[in-house]
Amino acid sequence: MSLLPRALHPMAWWVWALGMATAVSRTTNPLLIAVLVAVVGYVVVVRRGDAPWARAFSAYLVLGLVVVLVRVVFNALLGAGVDGHVLFTLPQAGLPGWAKGIHLGGPVLAEEVLAAAYDGLRLAALLCCVGAANALANPKRALRSLPPALYEVGVAVVVALTIAPQLVDSVLRVRRARRLRGASAKGLRALRSIAIPVLEDALSRSLMLAAAMDSRGYGRAGEVPRGLRRATAALVLGGLLGLCLGLYGLLDATAPRVLGLGALAVGIALCAGGLVLGGRRIERTTYRPDPWRRPEWLVAGTGVVCALVMVAASSYDPLLLHPSLYPLRWPDLPLLPLAVVLLGLLPAVAAPLPVRARAAAPVGRVEVAA
Amino acid sequence: MIRFAGVTVTYPDAAAPTLRDVDLHVPEGELCVVLGRTGAGKSTLLGAVNGLVPHFTGGTLAGHVTVDGRDTRTHPPRELADVVGVVGQDPLAGFVTDTLEEELAYGMEQLGLPPDLMRKRVEETLDLLGLADVRGRALADLSGGQQQRAAIGAVLTTHPRVLVLDEPTSALDPTAAEEVLAAITRLVHDLGVTVLVAEHRLERVLQYADRVVHLPGDGTVTSGPPALMMARGVLAPPVVQLGRLAGWDPLPLSVRDARRMAGPLRERLPVPPVVAAPSGAEALRAERLVVRYGDVVAVREVDLRLRGGQVCGLMGRNGAGKSSLLWALQGAGRRSSGTVDVGGRDPAAVGSAAARRLVGLVPQTAADLLYLETVAAELAQADLESHRPAGTADGLLARLLPGVDRGAHPRDLSEGQRLALVLAIQLAAAPGVLLLDEPTRGLDYAAKARLTTILRSLAAEGTAVAVSTHDVEFVASTCDRVVVMAEGEVVADGPTADVVLASPTFAPQVAKVLSPRPWLTVADVADALDLPRPA
Repeated sequence: MSLLPRALHPMAWWVWALGMATAVSRTTNPLLIAVLVAVVGYVVVVRRGDAPWARAFSAYLVLGLVVVLVRVVFNALLGAGVDGHVLFTLPQAGLPGWAKGIHLGGPVLAEEVLAAAYDGLRLAALLCCVGAANALANPKRALRSLPPALYEVGVAVVVALTIAPQLVDSVLRVRRARRLRGASAKGLRALRSIAIPVLEDALSRSLMLAAAMDSRGYGRAGEVPRGLRRATAALVLGGLLGLCLGLYGLLDATAPRVLGLGALAVGIALCAGGLVLGGRRIERTTYRPDPWRRPEWLVAGTGVVCALVMVAASSYDPLLLHPSLYPLRWPDLPLLPLAVVLLGLLPAVAAPLPVRARAAAPVGRVEVAA
Repeated sequence: MIRFAGVTVTYPDAAAPTLRDVDLHVPEGELCVVLGRTGAGKSTLLGAVNGLVPHFTGGTLAGHVTVDGRDTRTHPPRELADVVGVVGQDPLAGFVTDTLEEELAYGMEQLGLPPDLMRKRVEETLDLLGLADVRGRALADLSGGQQQRAAIGAVLTTHPRVLVLDEPTSALDPTAAEEVLAAITRLVHDLGVTVLVAEHRLERVLQYADRVVHLPGDGTVTSGPPALMMARGVLAPPVVQLGRLAGWDPLPLSVRDARRMAGPLRERLPVPPVVAAPSGAEALRAERLVVRYGDVVAVREVDLRLRGGQVCGLMGRNGAGKSSLLWALQGAGRRSSGTVDVGGRDPAAVGSAAARRLVGLVPQTAADLLYLETVAAELAQADLESHRPAGTADGLLARLLPGVDRGAHPRDLSEGQRLALVLAIQLAAAPGVLLLDEPTRGLDYAAKARLTTILRSLAAEGTAVAVSTHDVEFVASTCDRVVVMAEGEVVADGPTADVVLASPTFAPQVAKVLSPRPWLTVADVADALDLPRPA
């Protein structure tokens, strides 16, 4: 079975990546985390396109590394250093009386450093999963596949995403232009000489964009009774709140299970109701919508299975996924979780190759004869 | 198709209405050119067609504007989206999505057209506007002409009956402008679209017009067939001015018409005197200048000398490296290798305060330099920055453009006034070399003529001036010398007449009419015939 190159539905990538993130949030085993990051990285490398956002993954990797380092350094500096293997001792700073309880410097323990590193590693892996989703799925197309009732919100986010790089451009341009005036202003004046042109530029751009969107039919709602509109908004907002609570409950192992599942169920029901109600009034269509076929099911399914098995494994035997620090010993590589994490590789073959833009043809125009 | 009945538009805080008692009817399938000086109300007139004025801009509209039988009073812009397509001046600012194909589909998605129809129309529009080979590209990566055509295509897919374009070619090089205008005329001819287009550079559009709408500036509007309007109007492209000068009847509107009548005039005209370009002392010397951004080489080993007393025009298509070259010469922009020598000093090495006393640059977005509340404050700040006695910049502005309100906010000035203000600020440092990046953008004929006078008098005082522009008529009347760039390299460099006459793209209208005689401007022809120069 050879799949035609096409973009996989962005939601499938997001489900897969969030599944992997959920899985990794359940463990502090550095070996398992390393395997998972490798799996995610491999899938990104073989299935990403050549669009600008596809290059984002390495930035997330760097960010993850920074997270680990910051955690370790701060832990070494501020660790309590009560009991354990001393790696080395930092000079201890005497703090005034009001800062009692904070230790600065002193002995650095292997156990504490490792604990910080494991925790940092887990956070870094979470970041990598989000980065993978960003690299694999066009963020704007992901927003396009929102249900119709959320369309306006989606457009607002897309526009915000476009404005951010423009703002950076604009700052660079004005900074450069400032040098033409000798860049004599300092401090607050300098800030003002950059901020004012940039803000004015941003404001006039957004007005132009708003005018363009208005003249092109954005927000052609047709006639919607006010009551219906309010009901939809209330349902969707309430539902989203429920979803957030539910997800928090599920992901935080210390929260009561009932709260998580219950809130999640209620949230989903409310959201679905709101979306159906809101979607009824929309007279809008989608150009070349992304299809949802077998590869999408496989990719999304992989993520869901990974997440479920890890969650189950963590409640069945928590010690399996959290290597022992007291006593300090080399972490095991538990078999079942390892198999599950490796299952995450499936999208590397199940997903179709992305469409790569053909080499940009030079725009040939007549050269001017000298 | 478009009908204005007794329309008066007044903006809040305005002393007088912008449009007053306007009665106008544009029949279906006409290409209608709107002309008028900056601030005469062109944008207001265009905006009123789809209801952006007053629904979006604010203000009061008395009377009725109806498009295809729909009154803008009861239909906000979004409800007119299927009838009127609007394309703004800056296409990038109006794009909602990020790739060409999605942008073309956006309007149709809003109207809820069925997916298979959308698919078909996107393909048709890609072909109609010649954009098929860049369909998947990011909009930001397209060339200026492609972006403008993409913006037109994006409103065309909904099959509007009316197309409104606000200065569609103002940012484009001559070739790209031709592409866009060719696309527009094709719409009028093949699809019967009614087009309303505002344009400062009449020489580009007048020949395609079926009707001319003129806003004299007092809020009134007159309209009529182009020949009639040209016979009585003041704003006219060089070809019409030449016709008036030579007393041709009917007035020619295109180069082709004029050429057919120009036989006797060509005989009558003497061979133009060869004017040697003023050659002052060398003011700036750049050698093997390279500017690169990653893999992109914007300027490729350019050697350039600028002489005092000379105005040098810098031409070339969008993205040819003109801006990068000017910025690198000033020292504020990136320079990867090569040397710049201004009187023995390198502007990039002496620090920005000293650099602006060597080379002054007026950037393309001149407003980037302005950040204070009043014109007076900006001028005073310029004196401080240049270590000049108070009042220097003020005096310069008074000389460049009398009558700019010192208490006004710089953003409220017209394009021409703002340009003069930035020019005064930069000239306060008394640089020996002055560079201007596309100063003619958005200027009307009168403002451009003033800029020509300013630059000529600066050159007469010994300043070396270099100005990048797409405006061939401006180059013909302003520059002694022209440098043409392509792909970061200098491909032509020589006296204006030699360079612009060698290429049909860069030849001004008068030159095309009087070819093979090398006359460039109406003013030169008038002088040769001892006739008064046109106003």
